[in-house]
Amino acid sequence: MSTATLGAPAAPARRVSPLTGLRNSLTLTWRSVLKIRTNSEDLLGLSLQPIMFLLLFTYVFGGAIAHGDVRAYLDYVLPGILVQTVLFATLGTGLMLNQDISAGIFDRFRSLPIARWAPLAGAILGDVTRYVISVVVTLAFGMVLGFRIATNPIAAIAGCLLVLAFALAMCWVSAWIGLIVKTPQGVQTFGFTAMFPIVFGSGILVPIQTMPGWLQAFAKANPLTLLAAACRGLMRGGPVAVPAGESMLWALGIMLVFAPLAVRAYRRKT
Amino acid sequence: MRAAIEAEGLVKSFGKTKALAGVDLAAAAGSVLGVLGPNGAGKTTAVRILTTLLQPDGGRAAVGGYDVVTEAHRVRQLIGLTGQYASVDDGLTGTNNLIMIGRLLGLGRAESRARAAELMSRFDLSEAAARPVKTYSGGMRRRIDLAASLVGRPQVLFLDEPTTGLDPQGRSDVWDMIRVLVGDGVTVLLTTQYLDEADQLAHDIVVIDHGHVIATGTPDELKAKVGGQVLEVVPADPARIRDVASIVARWAGDEPVTEPGARQVTVQVPAAAVLPGIVRQLDENGIELAEFSLRKSSLDEVFLTLTGHRAEDTANAAGTEMLTEHDREGAPR
Repeated sequence: MSTATLGAPAAPARRVSPLTGLRNSLTLTWRSVLKIRTNSEDLLGLSLQPIMFLLLFTYVFGGAIAHGDVRAYLDYVLPGILVQTVLFATLGTGLMLNQDISAGIFDRFRSLPIARWAPLAGAILGDVTRYVISVVVTLAFGMVLGFRIATNPIAAIAGCLLVLAFALAMCWVSAWIGLIVKTPQGVQTFGFTAMFPIVFGSGILVPIQTMPGWLQAFAKANPLTLLAAACRGLMRGGPVAVPAGESMLWALGIMLVFAPLAVRAYRRKT
Repeated sequence: MRAAIEAEGLVKSFGKTKALAGVDLAAAAGSVLGVLGPNGAGKTTAVRILTTLLQPDGGRAAVGGYDVVTEAHRVRQLIGLTGQYASVDDGLTGTNNLIMIGRLLGLGRAESRARAAELMSRFDLSEAAARPVKTYSGGMRRRIDLAASLVGRPQVLFLDEPTTGLDPQGRSDVWDMIRVLVGDGVTVLLTTQYLDEADQLAHDIVVIDHGHVIATGTPDELKAKVGGQVLEVVPADPARIRDVASIVARWAGDEPVTEPGARQVTVQVPAAAVLPGIVRQLDENGIELAEFSLRKSSLDEVFLTLTGHRAEDTANAAGTEMLTEHDREGAPR
């Protein structure tokens, strides 16, 4: 093996060009996607979870909530399950970052001449694949159970994109948790504890009219309520502009707060 | 000769623990520098600083002439790192791990693939190439880690305890691979707690204990520094071991070591010139000898003399250094 052939250009570059950084990120995105493809357990869990929630909510709670009209409840709850599933899936970002750090893969990356931000970008871009899988499975299984899109396919796709955009903001929260918590178990505990009140204190699974006043106020302001309402409007008909605009404002706000926090926590590690 | 690795006065603390308290070291291009020390001595911290993973609190270090702090990106283009903390991805196959690193280093798709196949076959991993790394045995795991650090054909290679936890066959395989790399002109910094490993591979040795360099030199210099040679005497009649000890003590000018229950007297002797006298006196006292041998002191004895404790005492707790230093690093700074 000759050391002169490749490793030693006349003078090594002083820093990474943004283009190289982008290429590094795409390579690491490829890695994330490859991991999803080869990890059949993750893939199975990713698919089974929305299926289970759909069955549970439609047949266990649906009848009681919608006074016997299960079909009507399915039409109501599916956009909500969509939002919930993708939100849970964002936990994967933090989990993977945390595992990479504790397993030492991050240190390998950091010893390579790549852009500092590429592993973070790669993890997040790769996770979009997981979100897309979640959305497709939820929607497809919902349709098997009898969910019908009452608007048109383009509006329905717009609804899915809205959910994905929100997930892209939420994954920064997850990344931040993944970077500051010491163990993968910690990421799961913290993540789920933080998510449950947000998911259930909202109008994504049940109409909020029966909640006590203070909870109604919380649920009304909850971005998940807004997101599910916008999605419902786009798939089943109804008001779209206001909830869509408000939920995207929330997404922007979450991103503006948590992306810098995550990047700062990441820089501390690097 | 040009120094490939230089460090001066490296200081690093984790909270109240001083991991490095002013460490100097240097490795000439194309040589092997052995960094020797027990767990917790600061070896891993030194490697993490030299490989740009950690910033020193004080002192400076350069690899290939580039400063590890201000020119970290340049340093990263020259180095390869293998350690228990700089790992490969468990979930990917061996080949895909190497392809990923090749792509990250800017190799083309076909080139990365070819380089991965070349390294997999060189490290005898071709059969496991398509299996996820989590199915690999300990020895295979170490080989894929080593392969991963070679994808970019580094000029300077850092191996942090490359054989800890390997069986003798695995260790000697890794040693052979290191020798081949050195033959190709790669500079290697090797940390180890095994004295024979440093003895086998290193041109120069730095002994670190509690964050301080306590000795430097070639393996032979270190052995000489500690008093030259070791005499071992075994009387044919074990009952006479006390007589042997007292005679030997008179000539050697050093307290001989007679381990309880052992049949052997071991002592450091200043020069071979004292041997005829010892033999004569043993003979005059009618002591028959089963064994009488003179050898250079092993690095084990060097270590004992320098640090006041045996290297093996701490070697049992392999891996704890890495963990504790990691934990400390995670603490708020």
